[in-house]
Amino acid sequence: MLYDYILQLLIIVAQIMAVIAPVLISVAFLVYAERKILALIQLRKGPNVVGPFGLLQSFADALKLITKENILPSGSNKIVFLLAPIITMVLSLAAWAVIPFAPGWVISDINVGIMYLFAISSLGVYGIIMAGWASNSKYPFLGALRSAAQMVSYEVSIGFVIITVLLCVGSLNLTKIVEAQQTVWFAIPLLPMFIIFFISALAETNRLPFDLPEDESTLVAGFFTEYSSASFVLFFLAEYASMILMSAMTVILFLGGWLPLFDIYPLNIIPGVIWFTIKIMFVLFLFIWVRGTFPRYRYDQLMRLGWKVFLPLSLFWVVITAGFLVTFDIVPN
Amino acid sequence: MIIYSLTFYLFSTVAIFSALMVISAKNPVHSVLFLILSFVNAAGLFVLLGAEFLAMILVVVYVGAVAVLFLFVVMMLDINFVKLREGFLQYLPFGLLLGIVLIIELGILFLTKNFPDTSSFKEDYFSNFSNVENTKLIGSVLYTKYFFLFQVSGIILLVAMIGSITLTLRNKDRSKKQVISEQNTIKASKSIIKKQINLGEGI
Repeated sequence: MLYDYILQLLIIVAQIMAVIAPVLISVAFLVYAERKILALIQLRKGPNVVGPFGLLQSFADALKLITKENILPSGSNKIVFLLAPIITMVLSLAAWAVIPFAPGWVISDINVGIMYLFAISSLGVYGIIMAGWASNSKYPFLGALRSAAQMVSYEVSIGFVIITVLLCVGSLNLTKIVEAQQTVWFAIPLLPMFIIFFISALAETNRLPFDLPEDESTLVAGFFTEYSSASFVLFFLAEYASMILMSAMTVILFLGGWLPLFDIYPLNIIPGVIWFTIKIMFVLFLFIWVRGTFPRYRYDQLMRLGWKVFLPLSLFWVVITAGFLVTFDIVPN
Repeated sequence: MIIYSLTFYLFSTVAIFSALMVISAKNPVHSVLFLILSFVNAAGLFVLLGAEFLAMILVVVYVGAVAVLFLFVVMMLDINFVKLREGFLQYLPFGLLLGIVLIIELGILFLTKNFPDTSSFKEDYFSNFSNVENTKLIGSVLYTKYFFLFQVSGIILLVAMIGSITLTLRNKDRSKKQVISEQNTIKASKSIIKKQINLGEGI
């Protein structure tokens, strides 16, 4: 009896490790890839000293940061200050529990998978608010306020985009969402929604051109100005892990998850995990490309885009999609 | 079943403890953070009941949106601990009255309404639930049986929204509006004038 429980526990822990370890390693290489791609966009060389082609640069940086002293500002609220990076990191990893990498390759195949992802990503704002408030300093506080408003506004349009996709699937289960794209990826019939989702994902992960919470030219480093060493590493890892998570969500909702590009011979023998990874890397490249190309939005423009452009447009598209499905009697289930 | 009851007691004790901390924490921001912890644990209890959709909605709506705005407001408050203490005694009778009324109401509910035997309740409902996703079950009754109530709650929310907008929309003529299309279509020739200025004359 007890032995069974322990065995089950060990299996679950092994599954979690099998997901988290690759995610953390890919975070390290994503940081490297970002620096390298930005360097190429700006006609520089980028990191090229540590390891072959500079591949080990992120590991060197992580080691450097962790061995530094962790500074607790004397005016800060200590518990909340230390809790904030932990919460951010845990949330960005917890969401991976429901991501299907290939048919059956998922830790927990729950019925409300997409709702779970949405809930976890809506919790992400707490790490930032707590960090900004507990630092007891002006710039982090301003960064926290900005991010709270920003993430809440863009979540609304992300919610509507998810609803449009769900209308076409008829289930909240992520595996079923991917399977529903067997004939055509949702990026094609729902192209405007795909674009809105991608831009909202940029805002949700506080990436350029919407990185106002950590806007270095006006807010020093935004909400993590007071953070140093390991707690800074946690924020940094969490930001990139949630970037990968948002790309995984984009891939699952719009780019057919693990499905091959075309269901023909040389393409469909490639395992689903590889397809999934390639698509995630493509979306991540878009994230970095956008960073290298566009100037930062002004705050009021950001709010306008979220509330006055994306919200009405996505709401309109929900109505259109529902109307289309009902008129032509192709509502799933 | 042991694991099930263990998780139940974990979630419920943390929920009750954090609910107590909401009212006893000195710092209002800590109160809101405990409130969030309480919400999350309530969501955990919903999951244990098999109501996963409700659990997720609770997290998305209350934790992800409502509590963020709470925190937003509370963080801006200028906290004066001495004044908070004064308020405690002043509001104590009213708070006690509210608590007593709630307890009496709960007691009346317990005395008057016959709750079904829990064992039969489980068999009846869980056998239905296990076949269909509860998202679908909620959808099938929400828009048919409870359609009227659903619409009424929608109207209440709409009224609340309009009310809060009218309350905050002050000084309409003084606020500065931006016309984005004008900003986007502006030409260099419209906004920049090149002038040759002679020395010592100025414009």
